Amino acid sequence: MQFFVMAKTVLKSLFRKPATVKYPFGPKMLSEFARGSISIDISRCIFCGMCQRKCPTGAIVVTREEKTWNIARLKCITCGYCVEVCPKKCLQMSNQYTEPMLTKHEDLYKNA
Amino acid sequence: MTKRTIIPFGPQHPVLPEPIHLDLVLEDELVVEAIPSIGFIHRGLEKLVEKKDFIDFVYVAERICGICSFIHGLTYCIAVEEIMKIKVPERADYLRTIWSELSRMHSHLLWMGLMADSFGFESLFMHTWRMREKILDIIENTTGGRVIFASAKVGGVRRDIDSATLKSISKSLESYKNELKEITDIFIKDSSVQHRLVGVGVLKKGQAYELGAVGPTLRASGWSIDTRKLGYAAYKNIDFEPVVETSGDSYARCVVRIKELFQSIDIIRQLAGKIPDGPIEIKITGNPDGEFFARTEQPRGEVIYYAKANGTKFLQRLRVRTPTFANIPSLVKMLPGSSLADVPVLVLTIDPCISCTER
Repeated sequence: MQFFVMAKTVLKSLFRKPATVKYPFGPKMLSEFARGSISIDISRCIFCGMCQRKCPTGAIVVTREEKTWNIARLKCITCGYCVEVCPKKCLQMSNQYTEPMLTKHEDLYKNA
Repeated sequence: MTKRTIIPFGPQHPVLPEPIHLDLVLEDELVVEAIPSIGFIHRGLEKLVEKKDFIDFVYVAERICGICSFIHGLTYCIAVEEIMKIKVPERADYLRTIWSELSRMHSHLLWMGLMADSFGFESLFMHTWRMREKILDIIENTTGGRVIFASAKVGGVRRDIDSATLKSISKSLESYKNELKEITDIFIKDSSVQHRLVGVGVLKKGQAYELGAVGPTLRASGWSIDTRKLGYAAYKNIDFEPVVETSGDSYARCVVRIKELFQSIDIIRQLAGKIPDGPIEIKITGNPDGEFFARTEQPRGEVIYYAKANGTKFLQRLRVRTPTFANIPSLVKMLPGSSLADVPVLVLTIDPCISCTER
């Protein structure tokens, strides 16, 4: 049984920088591999609907006739399955998280 | 004769991260009986197996638990692979083992923090979680997620770790060891920690076996039983011995987890040295047909996945026996005789994960 075992750790902490990030005053530390959100290069999309079929939560809706690609960001679990199956590789996993939203809107991308 | 009182404990209680309810029958300050009830967060994930095809279900399996998510996904994959008679590439097996050990480390550190919080040692709790953050950073840098790895898939893994990163992980864990020892020494040596843990909630060797305890709870009572010794994934190529303590009290359960932390660092070092080159996944064709019991060791103990398939792309039945479910009988046996103030500590010593238990 010992006393003051933590004294060393406490003294070290006094002279050390805080372990936490001073966000929003300091930079946000994001790993380059972080699964933040799905982004699409709509000009290369062929609207095959593979991502819609494979999406485990049904967050993606693709219409071939109107050439739209629709994602419900609040349903998306950023598993990256759509990125994996995309035949044209036009889907990308970005390490940036989406901004907070006040309404449950969906992001619509259209190939004009 | 003293008057008996029933105190409801949970499902909302400051010490519990998750909802479990206990009716504590007290005589003065002493617990004489504890009646548990669960069922507050049942989500019916096992039933979902009929709606999601067997490849997609990995994502659901990973979400059964927020702490041992990777090992849930892994065990599901092992069950399906065994049914389909798939041999996973060796590199994938090694990567799976590395991620399993990282998730064990972050789970044990989380538990140690919660434990320190439960006996009122707030600063120790903060320091433990500061250490845990470094493990989470390694996990995020290799899988992209902090808690949900999304790395296991039927037939292999979805991401590779290049050899330079593996070397740097293994090297950084070596220096991490010294820093970690500073924190774990507080748990092992400090008098105030010992005051709350030594001799509290003793589970005797025979009792632990009879009640079907698993994981650190079982090993703290003197049984050298560890499912990793079955040699699933790459554990067959790794040299390690289960950590065993004999006293069976809360302190022993704490020491087992601390020693397992260092053991995990050693296992990762061995894996990083031995990992072979090669593919990380193989292509899956056809549908599973048959049944299998997969058993793996989670941070909390042994998890069992029973999967039954009938040749279609949807499994027929999936049953998950999680470690917390197996440890609840031991908890109920530990509580009588302890004082009311020790109940939060005792509930935490089995490392309860109620989301797992109720699925």
